[in-house]
This record gives sequence, C-alpha cells and structure tokens, in this order.
Amino acid sequence: MSNQQSGNLQSIWIDGLWRNNPALVQLLGLCPLLAVSNSTINGLSLGLATMATLIISNVSVSATRHWLISEIRIPVFVLLIAGIVTSISLLMNAFTHQLYLSLGIFIPLIITNCTILARAEAYASRQRIIPAALDGLAMGLGFALVLTALGALRELIGTGHLLANADQLFGAMASDWRISLPDSYRGLLVAILPPGAFILLALLLAARNIIEHRREALQNKADDSATAHQEAHR
Amino acid sequence: MKRRWLANRQSMVLGTFALIIACALTAINSFTRPAINNNRQLQLDRQLTEVLPHQQHDNQLQRNPKTLVDPISGETRTLYVATKNNQPVAAVITALAPDGYSGDITLLVGILADGSLSGVRVTHHSETPGLGDDIELAKSAWILQFDGKSLSQPVRWAVRRDGGDFDQLTGATITPRAIVRAVHRTLTFFHTNKQQIFSP
Repeated sequence: MSNQQSGNLQSIWIDGLWRNNPALVQLLGLCPLLAVSNSTINGLSLGLATMATLIISNVSVSATRHWLISEIRIPVFVLLIAGIVTSISLLMNAFTHQLYLSLGIFIPLIITNCTILARAEAYASRQRIIPAALDGLAMGLGFALVLTALGALRELIGTGHLLANADQLFGAMASDWRISLPDSYRGLLVAILPPGAFILLALLLAARNIIEHRREALQNKADDSATAHQEAHR
Repeated sequence: MKRRWLANRQSMVLGTFALIIACALTAINSFTRPAINNNRQLQLDRQLTEVLPHQQHDNQLQRNPKTLVDPISGETRTLYVATKNNQPVAAVITALAPDGYSGDITLLVGILADGSLSGVRVTHHSETPGLGDDIELAKSAWILQFDGKSLSQPVRWAVRRDGGDFDQLTGATITPRAIVRAVHRTLTFFHTNKQQIFSP
C-alpha cells in the first residue's frame, strides 16, 4: 500500500493521522466505525480501546518477530490480538462497567478490526519495538479521531447535544459536561440512525479529498514554477 | 526429514504462543472476576430497586431467583420474591415483549402482593433512538404510568389508539403497544400463579 520501511518517525505520524489514516484512507474497520459512532463518548471510548489494542499488539508482534516463522505468522497474530482484546474487554467490564454495557458487542469485535491485523502484518512484524509502538499510537489515534469526530457530528445533528453521558468514561466529575443546542432544535433523527453514519462518513471522506486535492494542486504549481525558474536560469 | 523438522518447529512456536496467551488471560480473568461479579450484582440491584423500592422488603432480592415457565406465553420467567419478616410481600418478574419495532424488549415488572404494579422498567431494547427509546426512564417518564395499575382496576390494557387507557409515544405506537401487552401478560401470569410464585 505504501512504503513504510523508512522508519522515519515523522512520517509515522503523518501516515497515521492523515496520509494513510486507517478510517479515511485505508477504509479499514468500518464496521465499528459506523456502528458505534452514535455519540461522542461511545466513539471516543471505542477509539481509545482500539488504540490500546493497536499499540499492545504492535509491540508484542514486533517483540516476537524473530521467533515467528512466516508460515504461521497470521495465526499467531490472530491469537495475540484476540488475547489482547479479551483482556481489555475483561478490564473494561471490571472497571468501567456502564461504558462496557453501552459499547456492548463492539469491544470483542475490535478483534475483527482489519486495521490491527494489517498493521501487525505490514509494519510491526518488520520493525523495531519503538517505531512499532509509535505506529500503533499514530494509527490508533488517527482511527480514534475519526471515530470521535463522526460520533460528535452524529450526536450534535441527531440529538442537539454533545458529550452526553461523559461520566461513563470520565467518572462523576464529567456528569455536567453535556453541551446542548437551544431547545428549539429538535434533532435530525436520521443522523443517529445507521444511514446517518454512512452519509456523514461520506462527507468526512469528501472533505479530506478536497483538502488533499487543493494541497496537491498547490504543490504542483510550486513545483512547476520551480522548474520553470530553473529552466529560465539555464 | 527437513520438512518434518520444520513442521515440528511450527507447532512448537504456535503452541508456545497459545500457552503464554492462555496463561495471561487466566491471570487477568481471575484478577477481574470479583470486580465483574460485583458490578453485575450492583447493576441488577439498581434495576430491582427501581421497580421495587428497598423499604418494601427486608431480604436481598437477587439472592434466590426462581424460574418458572409461563404456561400461556411459554416464556421462561425469572422471579425475585421480596419478603418482609419472612412473609412474601412482592415479586419482581422478568417479561419479554417480542413484538416491538425491532427485536425483543426485556422488562422488569414489580408486582405487590395485592396485584398492583410497583414499577416497570425496560432492561434491554433496540428500538429506534429518538422515537421508541422514550420507553427508557432516562429519556421520558412514559414508563411511570404503569405504577399502581392492576388487573382489578377498571383499566383497559391497550394504548389509546387501540381504545385503551395508556398513552402511546409521539411517532411510535408499536413499541408502547408491545410493552402494554407484555406487562398485562405478566400481571395475568402473577394472578394465576400467585401460589406457586410465593411458595418458598
């Protein structure tokens, strides 16, 4: 998909957050992305859980890469990822029970998020531990940001509120974090329903593409004028 | 010869990974189990207290749940019998409304010994957000209209659109209809099986 052998730390960040963003460019992990993004807190929580999974799985894949035999690497990755997700799900059940109940089936389903297996295979299994951990952090953050943004958009358009139920993630001090639009806004129901997820994700993708095209056009213009300048010089 | 050696090595590596991961999971499981069980109890206790306030009884409701099969609807109901001075005073009964708008709706129905409702709460549903989910107390007070109702009162057990005495929700009739029916079935179940429910 792209050249990630460089190990350049800055390019890891740019890749994860923008150039190769798992949700907006690679379009991986759409199932949880569309299903859980019906509120900011749900989106943020699942994003954080996915990020934690990605970091831990990248680190353990990278740490064990010398013992892995290429024929059995995929079963081992799956085993590792399943073990990590199960642990996270148990820990969430024990310490953030309300959140666990509201995310429901989507915590165990983190296992099936293709981003995690893709990063293990394409990146972590060929890199040293620190770049692998950073890659997990950057990719996870990229995914979590899109999930949170989509959740915030859907919650705001659909219900007219933002950050409802923040206490499920941040504890009792967050119970009054909810921001509400004026009561006259009744909420556009379709935004919380599944079609709203597709429509708003499409708008996010379109926005990213517009920005990217503008940037490329500017870049090309700059390059053109640079070559023109050089030729004129010659 | 070389091939066999490779196959052995593969299974060794895979087995080692499986063993390590299994050990880690066992450790985390036994570490989190007390907290998880505690959370479940608390959650159940919270739900039971909502349909049947603590001052009505002096036993721990979730201690000995009973299960009975409803002879009419065929569903298996879980019962939490409340006692005061060892006399049964009320029961909290699970109910299932299979005819909601999307999927099953599960309810907890609290019924006092005189046959009146002490409270009804929805414990699980997947109704349309913004329309059907007003059955949650967090979203609207609709579910409170069951409090104090009973079979002996002159109440017509249907939503207003069907000529009954219960409000429907704006934009959602199917969901309230399903719940009114399920609560009515539960009351009938309580009425006809009271002896069995309250027998120790």
